Amino acid sequence: MAIVLDKSHRWRVLAAHAFLIALVALVIFPFLMILSISLRPGNFAAGSLIPETLSFEHWKLALGMSYTAPDGRLVKPDFPVLLWLWNSVKVASLTALVTLTLSTTAAYAFARMKFHGKRAALSALMLMQMFPAVLALVAIFAIFDRIGSVFPFFGIDSHASLLLAYSGGIALHVWTIKGYYDTIPVEIEEAAKVDGATPWQAFRLVLLPMAVPILMVVALLAFIGAIIEYPVASILLHEEAKLTLAVGSKLFLYDQKYLWGDFAAAAILSGLPITIVFILAQKWMISGLTAGGIKG
Amino acid sequence: MNLRLRPGPALLALAWGSLLVGALYVVAMVYAAGQTLLAATMLAITALALWVYSSARTYAWRYLFPGIAAALVFVVFPMVYTMAIGFTNYSSRNLLEFPRATQYFLDETFHGGDGASYAFTLHEDGREFRLRLEDADSGKAWVSGRLALASTAPLEVQLAPQDPAQAPLAEAAQLKTVIARQKNLQALTLRLPDNDNKLVMTGLRQFGAVQPLYRQNPDGSLVNQQTNAVLRPNMSSGFYETETGERLQPGFQVGVGFANYQRIFTDRAFREPFIRIFVWTVVFSALTVFFAAALGMFLAVLFNWDALRFKGLYRTLLFLPYAVPGFISILVFKGLFNNNFGEINLILDALFGIKPAWFSDPTLAKLMLLIVNVWLGYPYMMVICSGLIKAIPADLYEASAVAGAGPLTNFWRITLPLILKPLTPLLISAFAFNFNNFVLISLLTGGRPDFLDTSVPAGTTDLLVSYTYRIAFQDSGQQFGLAAAISTVIFAMVAAISLLQMRFAKVAKD
Repeated sequence: MAIVLDKSHRWRVLAAHAFLIALVALVIFPFLMILSISLRPGNFAAGSLIPETLSFEHWKLALGMSYTAPDGRLVKPDFPVLLWLWNSVKVASLTALVTLTLSTTAAYAFARMKFHGKRAALSALMLMQMFPAVLALVAIFAIFDRIGSVFPFFGIDSHASLLLAYSGGIALHVWTIKGYYDTIPVEIEEAAKVDGATPWQAFRLVLLPMAVPILMVVALLAFIGAIIEYPVASILLHEEAKLTLAVGSKLFLYDQKYLWGDFAAAAILSGLPITIVFILAQKWMISGLTAGGIKG
Repeated sequence: MNLRLRPGPALLALAWGSLLVGALYVVAMVYAAGQTLLAATMLAITALALWVYSSARTYAWRYLFPGIAAALVFVVFPMVYTMAIGFTNYSSRNLLEFPRATQYFLDETFHGGDGASYAFTLHEDGREFRLRLEDADSGKAWVSGRLALASTAPLEVQLAPQDPAQAPLAEAAQLKTVIARQKNLQALTLRLPDNDNKLVMTGLRQFGAVQPLYRQNPDGSLVNQQTNAVLRPNMSSGFYETETGERLQPGFQVGVGFANYQRIFTDRAFREPFIRIFVWTVVFSALTVFFAAALGMFLAVLFNWDALRFKGLYRTLLFLPYAVPGFISILVFKGLFNNNFGEINLILDALFGIKPAWFSDPTLAKLMLLIVNVWLGYPYMMVICSGLIKAIPADLYEASAVAGAGPLTNFWRITLPLILKPLTPLLISAFAFNFNNFVLISLLTGGRPDFLDTSVPAGTTDLLVSYTYRIAFQDSGQQFGLAAAISTVIFAMVAAISLLQMRFAKVAKD
């Protein structure tokens, strides 16, 4: 656009930069603060943003190592942060795998087959998405309490119960994958069928390899969704060694036992990998997000 | 599956057959364990699976079945079940089902005055122990095998007559050893070879015979063998009651009709906090969406401005709150806002000499929630609005520039009207999401500070969902039935919001 740039325009650019820099400072402040706190000695120490004395005690505790305090006491980690991280990663990976399997197959039927009640089923899936699991916590607790009295492996305080509870959350993913299948020309599969492939083979050997990008997106969304899920995990898991990060992290900040510094190190240790995964995948995510997903 | 290497039909039938037998075996096990409803559900799923995977007419459903079944069992069923629980008195006082509560009473025992009792001594044997019982009248004695006495799980032990030919037992252990192992000893039930008395620890030096405390009459009432009192199950209160109406723990689950709803809507002590919490829930969601959308939209408009440099850098940094897991950011803010040690108060104290009590003053707590939630939510709005603004044809702005319009006119006359229509359904979903934003409340304030004038603990910052959670799982005696009824009310509200959302989504599409 060839528009005359007057003086007020220059001022506006400057004002915009000033505003954005101030906003960035506000947004980044908690992150820088938490980094600084994780490197300060003690759990109550106040100080400037750049710590005067560096101490790695919180990091050692977060990594599960003990350290010797200045007064000669041996301080042991209060909470098994790495174990929680492992629990979270384990549950989330399995959830991603199960969700992917269930939603790719269902989406295939929705995209390529004719059957009775297809439109109703699709709308029902969309509607399900509106009701968060947090509204059904009482029932979820009662169901797994009951299952657990017969199969302790799937009962309260088991990771299997969490996996099962998460496995039903496929509604949004079915829609996302179906949308992608719809953009792939059906002629390729039909050609395969003419050559004698069964529908299963057309799906498994022709369509799936072409849909890998969306499968990656859905797997990542399911993975992150399970990592950050808090309500269901908080009622199904109680034993300290079984907790996921989302449930365990809050134990650091009880008024009676306030481990601010230890929390800071644990938060960076566990939050950074998830954040990096999220930012790297951001490009793909945007397309998935605009389909209506909201992060919790 | 490899095209050339396909399993033969016989092998396939065998695989399906064994899967089916396995499933039926599991169902039978569940049924035997007394979980009839669970067994029926599993049987129905198995039958449905069998039909879907064997009939040619249901071919499409072979692909749909696993996903739809998982969604039905773990998403839809819990919601229906929640509504059903809302009509019961399920709570920590009425936890068990009727047969299990009855069994609890029938399993209770007492040590009758006329029951036999035996002198008991404990003897160390290596690192383990042996028990010796002696009948004071006859002088007969029995000993157990070696026991570790390390667990408190119930254990039945058969004793054998003491054989004088065997190596004698060690000296009887001192009382303090017995006291140290008391918990483990109490878990034992001893049996003697010549009668069926069950012996349990009745004193530090004594084991005695016990008998069932209750006997069941054919009409279902229970008779206390000690006092001859009669207990009758009351199917409307969910308790076994004595003739004088005294209720005995544990209670059991019964249907109570609309009692929970009656409590929510007509009980004054309950209705007042409920309405206050509902109003705050709506205000919180609306303000969050408004501020997050306003900030996000403003940033999106800025980033659409050609004259601005470093847009990529700004955008990446401002996107960060969205990329960091929510539970971590929320807890970080919980620490930063801490009244005494929080960095935010340290800074405010240094600059202005004030230390706001973010967690104990209701207004400030609400303000804090809004600040944190806008911080968490604006990047999503920014991304969405950027996408929508990109879709606006550039010649509209060129035309307005020719007409001499400024940026404000551009925004109010072109940008906002054009993006508002597709944005509305997204704003409504964001509203619905924050309406149920349990994670934020639970991790940041836990609903506190509490109202001081309510019968059930309720917080000034509680949303309806977090309030429900507190009633069900925290400080109100696990009133699952009541919580489920409130959940059902929230279901209805969410359904209404969803209807609105779908209507606007349809408008946006047309």
